Formats: sequence, structure tokens, C-alpha cells
Amino acid sequence: MTDSTDSPLIRVPEMGRAPLGSDAEIRLAGLWETEPGWRGRLSTVDHKTIGLRYLVTAFLFLLLGGVEALIMRLQLAQPDQTLLTPEQYNQLFTMHGVTMIFLYALPVLSGFSNYLWPLMLGSRDMAFPRLNALSYWLFLFSGLFLYASFPIGEAPNGGWFNYVPMTDRLYDTGPNIDVYALGMVLLGISTTVGSINFIVTLFRLRAPGMSIDRVPILVWGTLTASVANVFAVPVVSLAFFMLWLDRQFGTHFFDVVNGGKPMLWQHLFWMFGHPWVYVVVLPAMGIVSDALPTFCRRPLVGYAPVALSAMATMLLGFGVWIHHMFATGLPTLALSFFGATSMVISIPSAVAVFAWIATIWLGRPVFNTPFLFFAGFVLLFVIGGLSGVMTAAVPLDFQLNETYFVVAHLHYVLLGINVFPVVGGIYYWFPKFFGRMFNETLGKWSFWVMFIGFNAGFFPMHIAGLLGMPRRIYTYAPNMGWNTVNLITTAGSFVFALGLLLFLINVLVSLRRGAPAAENPWQAPTLEWAVPSPPPAYNFAVIPIVASRHPLWEDWLDEGYGRSSLETGYLLMEGRETLGTTPLDARPDVILKMPEDSYAPFFLGLFSSLIFAGLLLQAWDFAVLMIMASGLSLIAWLWPSKALAQRVSAVKPDKGVAHV
Amino acid sequence: MSIALSEKETAPLNYFLHSYGPASTPTLHLGWVFASIAVMVFLIVAGLLAGALVHKRPQNSGNIDDADKGLQWIYIGTGISTCLLLGMAVYALITLNAIARPPQATALTLTVTGYDWWWKVEYEHADPSLNFVTANEIHIPVGVPVLVKLKSADVIHAFWVPVLAGKTQMIPGLINRQWLQADVPGIYRGECTQYCGLQHAHMALEVIAQNAAEFRQWQAAQRKRLVLPPASDADAGRKVFMEHCSGCHSIRGTEAIGAHAPDLTHLKSRRLIAAGTLTNTPEHRQQWITHAQEIKPGARMPSMVLSPVELTALSAFLSTLD
Repeated sequence: MTDSTDSPLIRVPEMGRAPLGSDAEIRLAGLWETEPGWRGRLSTVDHKTIGLRYLVTAFLFLLLGGVEALIMRLQLAQPDQTLLTPEQYNQLFTMHGVTMIFLYALPVLSGFSNYLWPLMLGSRDMAFPRLNALSYWLFLFSGLFLYASFPIGEAPNGGWFNYVPMTDRLYDTGPNIDVYALGMVLLGISTTVGSINFIVTLFRLRAPGMSIDRVPILVWGTLTASVANVFAVPVVSLAFFMLWLDRQFGTHFFDVVNGGKPMLWQHLFWMFGHPWVYVVVLPAMGIVSDALPTFCRRPLVGYAPVALSAMATMLLGFGVWIHHMFATGLPTLALSFFGATSMVISIPSAVAVFAWIATIWLGRPVFNTPFLFFAGFVLLFVIGGLSGVMTAAVPLDFQLNETYFVVAHLHYVLLGINVFPVVGGIYYWFPKFFGRMFNETLGKWSFWVMFIGFNAGFFPMHIAGLLGMPRRIYTYAPNMGWNTVNLITTAGSFVFALGLLLFLINVLVSLRRGAPAAENPWQAPTLEWAVPSPPPAYNFAVIPIVASRHPLWEDWLDEGYGRSSLETGYLLMEGRETLGTTPLDARPDVILKMPEDSYAPFFLGLFSSLIFAGLLLQAWDFAVLMIMASGLSLIAWLWPSKALAQRVSAVKPDKGVAHV
Repeated sequence: MSIALSEKETAPLNYFLHSYGPASTPTLHLGWVFASIAVMVFLIVAGLLAGALVHKRPQNSGNIDDADKGLQWIYIGTGISTCLLLGMAVYALITLNAIARPPQATALTLTVTGYDWWWKVEYEHADPSLNFVTANEIHIPVGVPVLVKLKSADVIHAFWVPVLAGKTQMIPGLINRQWLQADVPGIYRGECTQYCGLQHAHMALEVIAQNAAEFRQWQAAQRKRLVLPPASDADAGRKVFMEHCSGCHSIRGTEAIGAHAPDLTHLKSRRLIAAGTLTNTPEHRQQWITHAQEIKPGARMPSMVLSPVELTALSAFLSTLD
């Protein structure tokens, strides 16, 4: 927003303090608090509520996906088992993959980002709170949409990668694949709007003074992941839409008989699928980069290299999708190029690993539960990275691809890099989320059981792969040499599940019985720890002014750092307001009017999901009706609101900034 | 490396300890080198991490260390990793180059087509009358490279005989090529490694490497047309076959020309049936005919309902398919 001195709307926000219980604070609470009861539940746009919903929902899906995995492990524990039919097994592994990747790994990170970003950035909400609510509802409904296929025995069964032509109508006549195709398009909308929200929030809603080189690494991780989402998700949404057209209306995108190309599917899917792998690990690596230093009592070694490595990983991530397709008969030159790139992509990861180890080495680590998870994660990350380098070697991949070696690799990468930081992160922010401390003893137990179970469960899979065990087989003969490794894997997976159960018990027990948590129980450096636990509806009574990367550590850091102003700041209480700042150097720029709670996101989410249900059931009239209902919800959403009328208020850049 | 697996040995797909030809041996070496590097790097990093956790630190002064300390960790660590990775990348490319093409011209070309869930194998000859088709079993001469053209009749499969070569996908509408060579006579197991539906787990094949003379003998036997003995049992069985089986299966030289299922012309010469699932004994053949859906649920082969008389006759007829 440029200077508009003559505008009647210009307003220089008042600076001041608003301690708990003061008139100003009470007014803020009145403005931001959500109505109690079910109406508030459906209409709230509070990022903290939405963030926790994301976390809880994603964890429920993790449990579902985990139960699916355990059932499969029982089937594979011994050769020639008959616990499951092949069709049941195929549906289980498909839904296990779909669930873990799409309904757990990314949403759980969106949960962290939704909850924490505004708090870490010194803002009162996300840039588009109602879009945020919509994103959650669509995620929930698409999850329910996908899972509704289970009770009728028609769950997706083509593997999460869903290769055509096996998933064409010719070979898969049931609704199974349509469920997956439509569910993914629906989920894609959720992911896309969510990602756009994160990007805008990062660039526009940081506290004054929080220049781009002062944001937490988690923000960098989520930013790169969100940008990647915006590019990658449309690719896969398009692919699934084309597949649905092939199946429903007999178009010929992938249909060989009529000139379609099955390879097109593989390219489209992996152009999305590979970057996506980084989408679900970079924010998790960000969690470690931010939370690990807290327990080492020193800043992260190499902030800039680590932030840059996240971006480099993402950029390279778009150039390596072929490594999922080494065995498709591509020319040697293409294989050489993509093989080499796939090996190079581990260089940025090396940056992060050495930064973490140096941080521990130079720090004074406190062995709390979250720290155990982060330190354990580093080991799993290294194992997953090294097996990744092995599969990046083209000739070796000709052997390893589609065997259990790859299953082991991807579980070290996805489970190791996502679940361990996520569980560690939940332990870390638990006091902030709920205002209570968790049980430390139970926490340590949960770590060790998870860590041992994880390695006992997944490491032997490497061996099974080297012994030639192909992926996605529902049974195997007893003379293949795979009996022992499979038995150990099954046992390990149950131990791992037990560890996860201990974590959940800890969460449930501590929610009730945990000791009250102070504002900053870990003496952490970032802004979210400057507000009460749990944070009030408005987050920050005043928008703080930030002067360093570690606002809460300034007293202990060597001199030379500025002092942030956390108690005195912009009051902004003429309605729901927060401060917009310039993208790079975070100078105050605009007073943003934030929307009131609204039912529109819920209903838009509901009706648009019902459109997809109509398409699935080929109830065209119903789909059209739901399109109209969605249109009405959208009108309600966009209906001009008085509270939002002041959109162009501006702070004069020269006078507005109070450099403290 | 070592002698070929005997039938009784387990782990027939173990390509990390065994390799029997030039299309897979360089990969085996690469695998060991990479695995060793991986273990070494892991031990070093784990050691550093353990050191970082336990090493003695100066007393806490209350101050927090400067953020910029320790950057040399990243420089040195990343520098070494980069050099190592570049070296590994070069080695991988050299290996790729070594296995991309056979060392000499291929001595034999055959076409393998993936079906749900079995393999059709075609041996072509300049003289089409010498062409023959078999299923789930590939015979090759020892010591010479063989070109395998890979096709699919339905969905994507992947052809993988790990101790002889890496895998290649079989994609509808495309013809992929790969070569393999066995330096030691023996039986080598292969499996489909691309998830291809219900019976992906039971889609195996065998490559039987024979010395040149034996191979020629086998080839000549396969080229022979079926000579049916005049035995009456077989005649009855033949009738049963033509009634129940010939829609899908074919037997060269008879009216059975079904194309959706394995060619059974020289069935008795094969070691396994049902795409590597059962050994080819009369009992297994009968079991397979009557219980195919229990053995391979969802397979295209139905469990046939035959009277004991019909079954005995059919079995006797199949035993003549030499």
C-alpha cells in the first residue's frame, strides 16, 4: 500500500500496552472470542481452533492408517497366510498409502502451521481466516469421502500411485478408483487454498521488524512446501480429473487402444508425487530446526544455510520425478541425468544434518522428551537419506525398485522424518496448546518404545528387499528366504504401535492431570512463547515489534542484538484487526480488517463435497443442485460486510514504524 | 560368482549375494560398494551425534552462545558429502553404461508378454514355421546375451529375474527391451514386480539356462507339433479339454487356439504351472484345474467343475502333452 496521506481512511494505529484484565484486553477478548456451543464450532475462523482440529483429525487418520498397516503385517507375518483375501489386501495397502500421505502427513503439518504461524509471526490470525476454515472442512470431508468407500467394500485398490491402465474402467469396474480420483480432486482444493493462505500470511502478516531473515525455520519449511504445493497439486488434480473423464465419459487420455498413453499418467503423477515427498518432510525438518535449539540452549547453527537448503531441496525436488520411473525403459541419457540429480538432492539434506549435530555439539542439551524425538529423528533421517542415495543409483534401482528396500526407505523418510518430529513437536508445544505440561516419564517411555519398534519394524525391510521380496504382494511362498525378516518386521511394527499408543495415553492423561504450564516452560526463543498458555483468542494483546531472530533470548544473547518490544506495541482494537507488513523487511504497511466468524466456509465445504458425492454416484441432478448451493454459500461468503469496509487503511511508512 | 541355485535352496531372488551374468554383476558390485559407504557414513554421523550428546561442556555462564559459531561443521560436512556423492554418482553412471548394452551381439531374441497373471514367451525365427510359443518358462543358452522384448497384453507388469538382470516395466502400447545373460547353467526365478492387480503375488517365471546343445534340443522339441497317441483315455480327455479349456488355452496342431491363457502345447516339459505357483506334477495339475480359485483367488482360470471321470481323462490327456 503506498502512501495516501489525503485518504480519509488513513489511520496511524495507537501504540500502547494491554495487560491481562485491562479494559483494552477485555475489549480484545470480546472482539475475537468465538461464540460458545455448536454455532461457534461451525462458524469459528480462529486459526488455533482450526490448527488443533487439523492435528486431531490427522492423528485419527494416522490411527486408521496404522490399523490398516498392522492388519497387513499380520497377513505377512508368515508365508501363505490367509487372513486376508487379495482384494482386501490390495484395498488395505492402497488406503494405507493414501491415508498416511494425503490424510495424515500433510494435514498434520498444516495443523502445526495453522496453529503456530500467526503466533510465531506476531499476528492475530492467518491472512484469510475463512479460507483457512474452508481448507479444514474440505480436508475433513474428503477424508470422510475416501473412507466412506470402506463400509461398502469398494475402497480404492490401485495403489496410492494408481497406475493406469490397471485403474481404467476396463480393468477396474467398481467405483473404487472413482472414489480415489474424485476424493483427490476435492482434497486438492483444500491443499491449494491452504497453501496460498500460508504464503500470503508469511509474506504479509509478520510482526514489524521480523524481516525475512528473522522468521523461524519452520516458517521457511512450510513456505517452500506451500509454494511447491501450489505448483504440484494442480498437476495431480488434473491427472485424476483426466482419469475420471476416461472412466466416466470414455475419453482416451490413458487408454492405449484408442491412442492414449499410460506413461502420461506416470509422468503427471510423479511430477506431483516427488515434490510432494518434500512437501511432507520440509516443514517437519523445520520443526526440528526450530525446536532442537531450544533444548540445546543456543541458536541453530547456520540459519541461512539451513533455510536455503530447504529451498534448494524443493527446487531440485521438481527435477527428479523420473527416479520413480527408472524401470520404464527410458533412454540411458535421461536415466543418467535424473540419476545424478537424485543423488545431488541429498547435498542440501547434508547441510541440515550437520547443522543439527553442530547445534547439539556446541549447545548444552537438556534431555527432555521432545529433544529425544528430535535427536532420534536425526539418526532416522540419515538412514533414510543413505538408502535414498542407494536407490538414486540407476543400476541399483533396477534391482531395488518395487521391492521392500524401497518400502523400508520410504518409511524411514516419511515416518522417520514426519512422525518423529511431529510427535516431538506435539510434546514441545503441548504446554502452549493446552496450558498443561505432559508427563515426562511416560513421554520418555513413549520415545524409546517408538524408536526401538520403528527400527525393529522397518530396518529388516531393507533386508527383505535385498532378498528380492517385491512390494505389494499379499502373500509369499515359504521357500523364498523371507520368513524371518517378515516375522521381525511384524513384531517391530506392533512395538512401534505400542509406543504411539503410549504417546496418545500421555496426551489424554496430561490434558486432564498435567501441571499448569507457564508462558514459556522450555525457555524457548520464539514469539509464540511470549503469550499465555494457552494463548487468548486474539493471540497478542498488542502486535509486538521484533528486533532479532530470537526475541525471547535477547537478554541472554551477547550484546549487539536489538531489543524487541513485546509488551508495548500496536493496540489495534477497532474491530478484528491485525497489522500487515511489507514482504521482505516487515515494515508496517496496512491495517488488516479480519473477518468475523462465518458459517459460509462450512457450508461451502459441505456443498462442494456433496457435488463430488453426486458425481461419484452419477446423480447429476443432485450435483447440479449442490453446485447451486455452493454458489449461494459463496455469495454469503463474499457479501460486503461493514466490518471489512476499511480495507485500505494505511500506516504511513515513514511515520508509522516505531523503531524501538 | 558361485554356482547356480539348486532347487532346494531358498532365497532364489537374492540378487545381493548372487549374480550369474554380466547384466547384473556390475550392479552387485555397485550395491556392495554403496551399501558399505552407507554403513560407514551412518557410523560416522551416528558417532558425531553420540559425541555431541555426551561430550563435556564448559559451565553454563547464563549466556547463550553466538549464533554464528559452528559454521565450519556445515562447510566441512557438506564439502565431504558432496565429494563423496559426486564420486558415487560417477561410479553409478559407469555401472549404468556397463549394463546398458550387452558386450557382444545378442544370440537370441525372444518376446515376453505380461498377462494377468502369467507370462507368454515367444521364440521367433526368420522362418515363421519355426516360431513357437510357451509360457512362464524361458530357456536360454548359457554364456551368450539374450535380448528380451517386453510387452503387455493388459496392465503394466515388470519383468525381473534379479540374479540375471534388473527389472523393466512392460507397458501396454510400448515394446521395452532388456538383455540378460546367464554364465552358469541353472534355474533362475523371476517375478513380476509391478503391482498388477489381484494376483500380483503369484506371477513368477523361471529362466532355465542350458548349455548350447541342451538348448538346441529343447528348442527342437518345442518346435515339434503335438503327436497325440492313440490311447483312448487321452481321446476322452482331449474331448474334455476341447469342451472346457480350449476357449482360453491353445495346443498347437489341434483345434484349441484360445489366446487368453498359457499355450499348453508342451505342458509336460515345464517345471512349474500356474505362473510359478505349483510344481508340475499330475496331482498339482488336477488340483489346479479343480481349485484354481482357492490357489490363486481372482485368477482368470476358473475352478473347473468336472466329474471324477472327466478329470481323470483330462489329466491323462494333459500327461500326453510332451
